[in-house]
Amino acid sequence: MILFEAKNVKKQFGSVLALDDVSISVPEQCIFGLLGPNGAGKTTLIRIINQITGPDSGELFLNGNKLKPADVMSIGYLPEERGLYKKMKVGEQALYFAQLKGLSKTEAMKRLKYWFRKLDMVDWWGKKVEELSKGMQQKVQFVTTVLHEPKLLIFDEPFTGFDPVNANVIKNEILYLRERGATIIFSTHNMESVEELCDNITLINKAKTILEGNVDDIRKKWAANEYDIVFAGDVTLSENGLYKILNRQTENEKSTIRLKTPGEADTNEILQTAMKSGKVISFNPALPSMNEIFIRVVEAKN
Amino acid sequence: MNKISIIIKREYMTRVRKKSFIIMTILAPVLMAAIIIVPTLVMMNQDQDFKKIAVMEDGSDLFKDVIKSTKNLEFVYLENARLEELKNSYEKDGYYGILYISPELVNTPNAIQLLSKKQPPIGLLDHIEGSLEKEIEKQKLMTYNIENLDEIMKNVDTKVSIQTKKIGDTGEVSETSTGIAMALAYLGGFLMYMLVFMFGAQVMRGVIEEKTSRVVEVIVSSVKPVQLMMGKIVGIALVGLTQFLIWVFLTIAIAGVIRSTILKKENITEVSQNVTKSLMTEEQQEAMGTQSANMTPQMNEFSKLFNSAMNQPWGLIIICFIFYFITGYLLYASIFAAIGSAVDNETETQQFMLPVTIPIILALMVAMGTMQNPESSLSFWCSMIPLTSPIVMVARLPFGVPYWQLAVSMVLMIITFLAFVWMAAKVYRTGILMYGKKTSWKEMWKWLRYSG
Repeated sequence: MILFEAKNVKKQFGSVLALDDVSISVPEQCIFGLLGPNGAGKTTLIRIINQITGPDSGELFLNGNKLKPADVMSIGYLPEERGLYKKMKVGEQALYFAQLKGLSKTEAMKRLKYWFRKLDMVDWWGKKVEELSKGMQQKVQFVTTVLHEPKLLIFDEPFTGFDPVNANVIKNEILYLRERGATIIFSTHNMESVEELCDNITLINKAKTILEGNVDDIRKKWAANEYDIVFAGDVTLSENGLYKILNRQTENEKSTIRLKTPGEADTNEILQTAMKSGKVISFNPALPSMNEIFIRVVEAKN
Repeated sequence: MNKISIIIKREYMTRVRKKSFIIMTILAPVLMAAIIIVPTLVMMNQDQDFKKIAVMEDGSDLFKDVIKSTKNLEFVYLENARLEELKNSYEKDGYYGILYISPELVNTPNAIQLLSKKQPPIGLLDHIEGSLEKEIEKQKLMTYNIENLDEIMKNVDTKVSIQTKKIGDTGEVSETSTGIAMALAYLGGFLMYMLVFMFGAQVMRGVIEEKTSRVVEVIVSSVKPVQLMMGKIVGIALVGLTQFLIWVFLTIAIAGVIRSTILKKENITEVSQNVTKSLMTEEQQEAMGTQSANMTPQMNEFSKLFNSAMNQPWGLIIICFIFYFITGYLLYASIFAAIGSAVDNETETQQFMLPVTIPIILALMVAMGTMQNPESSLSFWCSMIPLTSPIVMVARLPFGVPYWQLAVSMVLMIITFLAFVWMAAKVYRTGILMYGKKTSWKEMWKWLRYSG
């Protein structure tokens, strides 16, 4: 089931075209990566989803219904630039944002207690925001984003500023939220976390969608008939008509060889040939990293 | 609607709980009161101090017993005294000082000296000068050989005090005082200027704070930018109103304390006489007319002034003040909010501030001119033009404004502030999400025309 959909969204600022006919479709309980280089139009799209600005043309749907002003209650947004009142106390501030999202004071208090305990932030309640470190502030902001239990969560670079331990805590919280039914739109430049977390992505460049789909499908598609064979010990493989050898590495008494086949490969045949040369540990299609794909796609378009 | 009230509450609470707000709110009237009380107390103490003054002349007795003693002052005329001896002994003999008069005084005004350890109070000097001036005038007149001079002098002694009365539309006559109208005009105009400017600028700073700390992006994902802007403007208006009311309350309370404890009925005239010379405050303006009058006409004058103060159209003035404060504040606060949204930090506001400040300053200047000439056409036009009318019209009110003028001015004001709030909301909506670009008026004009 599709939770959120944007159809043919266009947005222009003066003479600058920020979004040109962009469509995205986010399945329920999916972690959806919204990718693109700086200035591609991601933030504009996120703002349109949040109804901070309206599109010039195009339609938006939440749960199959047209997006309406009241839907901001079902959306949680963690902007890239963290924003908290510096002079305000952490607890009061969290309470304020929760009330703006429509929670009653008592309900907000109950949930805040739960989250502050869970993320080990209880001591911060009476402190002013400016007394906290950047990572701590981000934790506060994370809590205010998820507190009203929105169906759709939008995280713009959620991991920047966190140390690895806290980044992992937040990552697990995101996965936990998804498990409990939330759908997540995740905007980042960190392609490793895309591979790790995202189910689907859309890549925007210069206001246009240039790549979209399931992460695994995309990586397979971009694999372009390449395979990795790992042998035990120092093994060399000779080329034949079936494949070319692109690369060979020997490390820790293992040899990894990257092959490329000219067309649709007969993998069994390749494997049989390989087995004659040594002990095969693994045989996999070589998947390019999202990072590679990102760079290749964007550069090709430029 | 509910969300606006949450925003208003935050804007209000965070400001009201600030130390600077509490200090300002409490200290301002206390300071004001101190300015009133301290000199009053000083003067009263000096006055209540009994002073004995030795009077001596240099080889004549022209001014013997001319200076009359009063309740607190005793003038002792010493015949055949020698200045050198007196200088050494006057303190031992209980004198406050020595008044040394030279016979030249008749022709040379400064041929007189008061020798004392301390700086003598003005009241004492006034008393001596007044007595001697009268005596010299009398002596000069005597050289013209006029008969019955003493009687003539008594008859000639005159005081003039103009009674100003206002004729209403229906022909009824009520007592007014130009002094009170002027004071009210000044106070009203200046207060309006202060409130609009101070709290308008607070709105701007608040908007800049939200923009630079990027809080705004989080908030506008929950509420509409217009709601945030209006919440802030209304919240700060309430802060202003709170402060204003506390000031009014504290001032009344302090004034009441002064009246009951310090200005006891028996010496009210004496004190007020001295006080009005050095300062004029709201409290003492009632007693202003007492300056040169003596006892009975003084009380008369006092009650007249009081009556004329009461005859001011207070209801109208207060209602109009509140109306012009709300609309004027909304007008300027929305401009300030738009400016705040368009810049990245406070230093960038300067280029926008000037054109906004000009009408406010102009209005204040016109308002001050209004006190001199309430009917001038400049005052009239400035009290019609919405950017200046809040200040100028408030200054015109105590002098009487025809209802049709008031109505036109108010209608124009309402139309204009609605237009400004609407425009400001449009600029604000775009501006708060724009970073890193130097904004110009032209740019803001473009934002006005962006859709949704």
